[in-house]
Amino acid sequence: MRIPILKLHDCLLVSIQWELDDQTALQFQEDLLHKIHETSANGVVIDLTSIDFIDSFIAKVLGDVINMSKLMGAKVVITGIQPAVAITLIELGIGLDDVLTALDLEKGLEKLQQELGD
Amino acid sequence: MDIQSCVTIINEWDIVAARQLGRNVAKELGFGTVDQARITTAISELARNIYLYAGKGQICIDKLNENGKVGLRINAADSGPGISEIRQVMEDGYSTSGGLGAGLPGVKRLMDQFDIDSSPGNGTKIIATKWLR
Repeated sequence: MRIPILKLHDCLLVSIQWELDDQTALQFQEDLLHKIHETSANGVVIDLTSIDFIDSFIAKVLGDVINMSKLMGAKVVITGIQPAVAITLIELGIGLDDVLTALDLEKGLEKLQQELGD
Repeated sequence: MDIQSCVTIINEWDIVAARQLGRNVAKELGFGTVDQARITTAISELARNIYLYAGKGQICIDKLNENGKVGLRINAADSGPGISEIRQVMEDGYSTSGGLGAGLPGVKRLMDQFDIDSSPGNGTKIIATKWLR
């Protein structure tokens, strides 16, 4: 199954609604980069509200896609990380340093607008 | 009495199956959402290690009840190449796969008890337990 990527003005919105397997995660990586290219989006919000765990593989795929988007010129904000996910990621030793985050989608969009400078 | 259920790890989909099994058992035993996430993540890491390094193995989940103490035990076993430097792999940041797994120190931190038995040519056996508080 593919993760839907929605366009909103100059931003892309992604809400990950189910547990990611390896293939879906890698497909998403590719799909997002193509969509950024296609739409000339400046920013992306990836909402993880429905995700109840992230292992090192998913964390790596997410971290990678954030850096790949940055290379292309788009900023990514991650939103909605659950308490349980934050706790396990840090205990696991994954900080996702330098990643822009916000509590929820609304705050994520605000943060993105600030980052994009308007 | 201990009750065990197992998932054979051969491909990426089996990693998903193993962690779903673990999460279901954790939920059933009454673990909270944070411990459920810890257990699910630990299983995912151990199953991925089997898939990446051994190619094939098994993840078994035990429900424990020892003198009224309820717990969940993960048994990860493979007959892959084994590990020669156990002390080294238990150090943060050690990796032979270029950072695909967070490694065993992370799994150890997520669980309450962690034991590893491995030597070159004899595969790897890891037992990790989480107790219900």
